[in-house]
Amino acid sequence: MSKTDQSKIRNFCIVAHIDHGKSTLADRIIEKTGLLTSREMQAQVLDNMDLERERGITIKAQTVRTVYKAKDGEEYIFNLIDTPGHVDFNYEVSRSLAACDGAILVVDAAQGIEAQTLANVYLALDHNLDVFPVINKIDLPSAEPERVMEEIEDVIGIEAHDAPLISAKNGVGIEEVLEQIISKIPAPSGDPDSPLQALIFDSLYDSYKGVIIFCRIVEGTVRKGTKIKMMATGASEEVVEVGYFGAGQFIPCEELSAGMVGYITASIKNVKDTAVGDTVTDAARPCEAPLPGYKKVNSMVYCGLYPADGAKYPDLRDALEKLQLNDASLNYEPETSIALGFGFRCGFLGLLHLEIIQERLEREYNLDLVTTAPGVIYKVYKTNGEMIELTNPSNLPDPSEIDYMEEPIVSAEIMVTTEFIGSIMELCQERRGKYLGMEYIEGTRALLKYDLPLNEIIYDFFDALKSRSRGYASFDYELKGYEQANLVKLDILINREEVDALSFIVHADNAYERGRKMCEKLKDEIPRHLFEIPIQAAVGGKIIARETVKAMRKDVLAKCYGGDITRKKKLLEKQKEGKKRMRQVGNVEIPQKAFMSVLKLDDGKA
Amino acid sequence: MRKIKEDGAVMKELSIYIHIPFCVKKCNYCDFLSAPADENTKKRYVDMLLMEMEEASKEYSGYEVVSVFLGGGTPSVLTAEDTGRILTSLYEEYNIKNGVEITSEVNPKTADNEKLKAYYQAGINRLSIGLQSADAGELKILGRIHDFEDFSATFNAAREAGFSNINVDVMSALPGQRVSSYQDTLKKVLALSPEHISAYSLMIEEGTPFFDWYGDEDALRRDGREMKYARGEKNVHLHLPSEEEERKMYEMTEQLLARRGYHRYEISNYAKPGYECFHNMVYWTRKNYLGLGIGAASFINGERFHNTEDLQTYLCGKFEKEDRMVLVQQDCMEEFMFLGLRLIKGVSEREFQLQFGVPIEAIYGEAITKMEKQGLLKRKEGRICLTHRGIDVSNYVMSEFLL
Repeated sequence: MSKTDQSKIRNFCIVAHIDHGKSTLADRIIEKTGLLTSREMQAQVLDNMDLERERGITIKAQTVRTVYKAKDGEEYIFNLIDTPGHVDFNYEVSRSLAACDGAILVVDAAQGIEAQTLANVYLALDHNLDVFPVINKIDLPSAEPERVMEEIEDVIGIEAHDAPLISAKNGVGIEEVLEQIISKIPAPSGDPDSPLQALIFDSLYDSYKGVIIFCRIVEGTVRKGTKIKMMATGASEEVVEVGYFGAGQFIPCEELSAGMVGYITASIKNVKDTAVGDTVTDAARPCEAPLPGYKKVNSMVYCGLYPADGAKYPDLRDALEKLQLNDASLNYEPETSIALGFGFRCGFLGLLHLEIIQERLEREYNLDLVTTAPGVIYKVYKTNGEMIELTNPSNLPDPSEIDYMEEPIVSAEIMVTTEFIGSIMELCQERRGKYLGMEYIEGTRALLKYDLPLNEIIYDFFDALKSRSRGYASFDYELKGYEQANLVKLDILINREEVDALSFIVHADNAYERGRKMCEKLKDEIPRHLFEIPIQAAVGGKIIARETVKAMRKDVLAKCYGGDITRKKKLLEKQKEGKKRMRQVGNVEIPQKAFMSVLKLDDGKA
Repeated sequence: MRKIKEDGAVMKELSIYIHIPFCVKKCNYCDFLSAPADENTKKRYVDMLLMEMEEASKEYSGYEVVSVFLGGGTPSVLTAEDTGRILTSLYEEYNIKNGVEITSEVNPKTADNEKLKAYYQAGINRLSIGLQSADAGELKILGRIHDFEDFSATFNAAREAGFSNINVDVMSALPGQRVSSYQDTLKKVLALSPEHISAYSLMIEEGTPFFDWYGDEDALRRDGREMKYARGEKNVHLHLPSEEEERKMYEMTEQLLARRGYHRYEISNYAKPGYECFHNMVYWTRKNYLGLGIGAASFINGERFHNTEDLQTYLCGKFEKEDRMVLVQQDCMEEFMFLGLRLIKGVSEREFQLQFGVPIEAIYGEAITKMEKQGLLKRKEGRICLTHRGIDVSNYVMSEFLL
């Protein structure tokens, strides 16, 4: 391949509120530029995790390179980076944006601007990207493209009068989008002859190639044989292969030069050597300074992850290590639980992120996991002046040593149609929210602003929000800071033994309610034993709720049909299998799912 | 004393089970392989059964039959003539040891004096009569076709026909059953003084009308949770007895029967001395048995298999054995334990050592100690058996002996 003309490259991403059609537009762009014929197309080409296709969401940013023959007769290289839409994955979005020069903003012609539309546009503008809007789903009967154009101009302040009106689903208006990519998104700059300076925006572990670095070449050129150096970690290796991203495959090429997006492999075995956000340079001719990296994301939600089978602990450790490479927002450190044995305390961006990681570990690494109740980081100020950041409730110091505690507070923006304002405000009130204000976006919609304690929204706030607004409310939040709160540790005692993995921190006012629900839930989860099992909730040694699992009275198989012993054995085997999936705490066998049941305490509540 | 074959070899022992998959009307709790059928089908079935018996007899010519059991279904829905054909061919084709136990299940209203006499003359020497309950309402819910009077008529006819070894089946924990009505059933049965009583507690099995009616209730109860609705409400059917009531029925059975001279020798079986069911013991002590007829299970020389469960296949003369499983030592040890523990006298440590060449301690020492500590097993004179409490939760105990 001859030297690529920088002016013929466009590096861009698509940002949108969840469900506004970002991945479908990406599919169309790939299809129209001829990378895949429509016969080869599978819906959501870029969402190649099973999980993404099943849930219809994008979790990981994906990159693909296509070639477009424009109306001016020239061929352009498009590097399209698909980004996740959910608030939990803003970090992924931010990483991909750093590799782009511009962004397409997709807005649903019926729904208009939503909370994450705003959040994502602001992220793009923060990265100095040129943004142009596209109005999607014009085929919907409820589409109001004119209104949405005005909304974009009024609320976001970017020009929208010539926004392509498209239906990504039906392939309408895609040509116009492709042309605007050329006219509205700037070509990359950078000197191919300068010292190498490339930003790592993602990486992946491949069992054949080792670590694969995804990078945007900002300055200089990299090719096979170049001895590269990671500026932050100092690791140095010789490049084995460079290339770009086909649809779902890596296509090797001769070199990557300034302005290009591609991958590098350098037989890097240690995943820790390639930190996302680090700068890659030429060891022989280094650049002067690293590129500005990413701000380190802080985990917002923590929980314990334990292998269901204790012997799988090393497997879990390896899996986490590999996942972290692909998802730098995942944090983990080893911990031990009396009830669950060896495991890890893991930090996540949010509850969806937690669920996704859990599912990926189970599917991609074939692990069976036990998850403990998710919590946030509390700041515990001790009487001796020391402050500790608490991620595991079991580590809470004795109350006599605690001066006061602080909990994380988020600033939340909830966009909702006016008819649901009342019920959403009620919900925020219940979750100890502090009302800050409300802005009307236009006649029928409002943006509610609240400060909410993070621990009140990590469980099921999103679900509650959806159910109380018939699915219309959208929600975005960011960490605001810490505030003092009257927090207590709620302990669960099963057969009078405290089960560390079930403890959690809760606001004192909610302790009784939560304790009562926990006991009820556990009573249903724990099977009968030969003896009676009290289940108690306690705060500071004081019992606040109690339930009892009655003793098993009878467990007999009466009849044996004409000597059919096999059938009887199967029954016994089932019983034994059931026992295996239990965790032994004292004399009591607790099913693994009981540890997760606390996640769903608010079942059945409106 | 074992019979010596002509060539001098010792004959092996074999029990025979014959399945009759027909009944007048399927009971609401029944998940056995049984259904009503027309006379023609029954005839054809017996024809096929005879064919299977003949085929199998060649393979088992070296065996001496030590017990026979005709089960169902309701074997007594067959005509006396058909039953006679079965018995005749048994005697002709197999080496039936003299005086061995030959049982047939019988249900009231399907066997009159004539038929019972014919049974007796054909060589059947033990009857097992399904009463289940003496309460007309309970019988109706079960979907039985008889009342207590029908049962006592059958019982008396059996005595008259010459049967001196009769079992009566009764059930507890029935929908709508009270402790008093169950006690009444037991007393009425005792008044007739059968030699053997099987007392089962109702199991709600999937695929039965009872499962549709009571499946949820049963599951709740087994989890020790209260029923969500009060008696008589919401559900048009009567409710299952409470756990406490069920317990009382269960305890009463043993006490009442013991007082009247019946000893419990197996979890659900009680007998007057010397009248324990030989055929049943064959199952628990892992002796050879051959199952004939559809779905019938066999255990021959360490191998388990069963016949097709499909009537049409069987009627086409296909007697291929399914799910053949040759037991390895581990399977045998497991079975030795979980079957042997069904017997009140339990398992013999010496017998274990003899059969497997290792002390029981080496394999099950840990499990035995654990169960002993929980008060579910006890050791007595070289035997290991369930305690009273252990009998109540025998499944729990037995599952500990799976390796």
